Amino acid sequence: MTAAALSGYRALLSARYRMVLQYRAAAAAGIATQFFWGVIMIMVMEAFFAVGVAPPMSFAATVSYIWLGQALLALQPWNHDRELEAMVQKGHVAYELLRPLDLYTLWFVRAVAWRTAGASLRAIPIVLVAGLLLPVMGGERWALGPPAGAEAALGFAVALLGTIALGGAITTLVHVSLLWTISGEGLARVMPSLVIFFSGMVVPIPFFPDWIQPLFAWLPFRGLADVPFRLYTGHIPPSEALPTLALVAAWALALVALGRWLMARGARRLVVHGG
Amino acid sequence: MAQIQVEGLTKTFQIAKRRAGMLGALAGVVRREHRELVALDAITFEIGQGELIGYVGPNGAGKSTTIKILSGILVPDAGHCEVLGFVPWRERRRYVAAIGVVFGQRTQLWWDLPVVESFDLLRSIYHVDDASYRRTLDEMVSLLDLEPLLDTPVRQLSLGQRMRCDLAASLLHEPSLLFLDEPTIGLDAPSKLAVRDFVKRLNRDRGVTVILTTHDMDDIETLCERVMVIGDGRILQDGSLADLRERVSPERRLIVDLEDPEVTLDAPGARVISREGPRWELAFDPRVVSPAQLITQVASRHAVRDLFVENPPIEEVITEIYDHGGLAS
Ligand SMILES: Nc1ncnc2c1ncn2[C@@H]1O[C@H](COP(=O)(O)OP(=O)(O)O)[C@@H](O)[C@H]1O
Ligand SMILES: [Mg+2]
Repeated sequence: MTAAALSGYRALLSARYRMVLQYRAAAAAGIATQFFWGVIMIMVMEAFFAVGVAPPMSFAATVSYIWLGQALLALQPWNHDRELEAMVQKGHVAYELLRPLDLYTLWFVRAVAWRTAGASLRAIPIVLVAGLLLPVMGGERWALGPPAGAEAALGFAVALLGTIALGGAITTLVHVSLLWTISGEGLARVMPSLVIFFSGMVVPIPFFPDWIQPLFAWLPFRGLADVPFRLYTGHIPPSEALPTLALVAAWALALVALGRWLMARGARRLVVHGG
Repeated sequence: MAQIQVEGLTKTFQIAKRRAGMLGALAGVVRREHRELVALDAITFEIGQGELIGYVGPNGAGKSTTIKILSGILVPDAGHCEVLGFVPWRERRRYVAAIGVVFGQRTQLWWDLPVVESFDLLRSIYHVDDASYRRTLDEMVSLLDLEPLLDTPVRQLSLGQRMRCDLAASLLHEPSLLFLDEPTIGLDAPSKLAVRDFVKRLNRDRGVTVILTTHDMDDIETLCERVMVIGDGRILQDGSLADLRERVSPERRLIVDLEDPEVTLDAPGARVISREGPRWELAFDPRVVSPAQLITQVASRHAVRDLFVENPPIEEVITEIYDHGGLAS
């Protein structure tokens, strides 16, 4: 695609991002929940560390991992866009075909805008409180620490792009599956558990037993949370970043390809109601 | 060469039948029974550059289905169709960049955004260069009187305001062909006039080909030279407005509201169709008695609160075409 052809999608991305930002009240409610979960998870981890088993990660790194997870929860493809679902059900999606745009790219852009707008609303207050306010108030032990170094910060930033791409691809895949009423609902229902569990959002992946680690390593979901968070804390050293990030990129591309293929088949099922 | 060529275009919808009762619902999960609904039954027509076509027919006749196929968002089951040299649903992206479409029942603007931001987005989507965008936008703003609306979010617009903005939006990329599906539906009288006036100028001054669907005969009267009548998925009549008039009776309607509900209306040269309290509906043949004559006579005999002249509704026109064996040959 040429740069000129991309300008339309770029404009749509920023417009939709701004539209989602308008719904600030919903985010405010979410933030309180995320603080609550962050605190609970840290308490559970504190108990685990007290038992004295050799931990796979330092306590400080674990705490940072947990806070990053709460700050960036909205990037996780754990739910789907109800507005888009309604458009599919009412048969309004076909009207998007009136634009000289590729329908898959349009939906991908929409998903990315939705995720990133939601995440930016929540991430800033959570990072401010967990990273700056907690230490000032004497809660250093429970605070989000800084990145392990300049290289770690860079690795984290790149991995975050991977998270956005992967999250966008999985979200769009779920959205495309909604074109098949029954099986689509199925995917939309199992995806949340898969995402939350296998990304490391419930229990940081290093805490799982060794025998199951290869499964986590090869599944795509790790790129959503575990990879950027461990690059941040330095638990994955910058020297090992490249192969890990390459796998995330490969997964993102594969899921985009799968989504496109499904979309091409599903487009035939589009019905246009009304008018 | 014709800008639009349609031959034998056919579209059938499968409608899932509901079965009665619990057992029926269970059986439906396993194997759904379908009923077929023929929305378009082998329609054929040609439209040339610069024409302004009225596409009329009652609700459910197949007007929107035709527009959806012609604009590339619905695929027909059979038949051939070529518009601006494209097969709409095959070369959709390149094709839709060259046409404008407005569906009266739904906006294509972004609900949450101010009108002007929707316009800016469309400019990016259609890659309109700055100079032409400014020129077209200025022209639209003055022709459709959009200045006071530009900063309003679309959700806050009235139907008439929204339609004016939708019309402008469909033309920002300067298409040479415009599809309007029921652009006047639900509009108040001044908005209807504004839309009609705009469409007429667009066609006359810029040579844009316009295909306008409606079930309002007044739209056709004021706008179109050529009228295609569709009923039950078939083209019943395709010709000039005068042809259509000849085919159906030229009768018009006069609606009179009298001051006194008790009095019996006396109107020579007119036939009473219905009466509801003080409101009388009369039919008359304008070749026998002109509307002016009739109104003068009624007003001289009775105290009149209000009165207006109407065309018979499209449903009756269609029925007449059927009754007079008027199926297009
Ligand atoms: N998506 C659809 N599924 C099933 N039936 C449809 C669908 N769209 C239109 N129809 C049917 O096709 C016929 C023609 O509809 P339409 O073209 O919308 O009529 P009009 O625009 O002239 O009112 C109607 O009987 C309508 O119910
Ligand atoms: Mg219609």
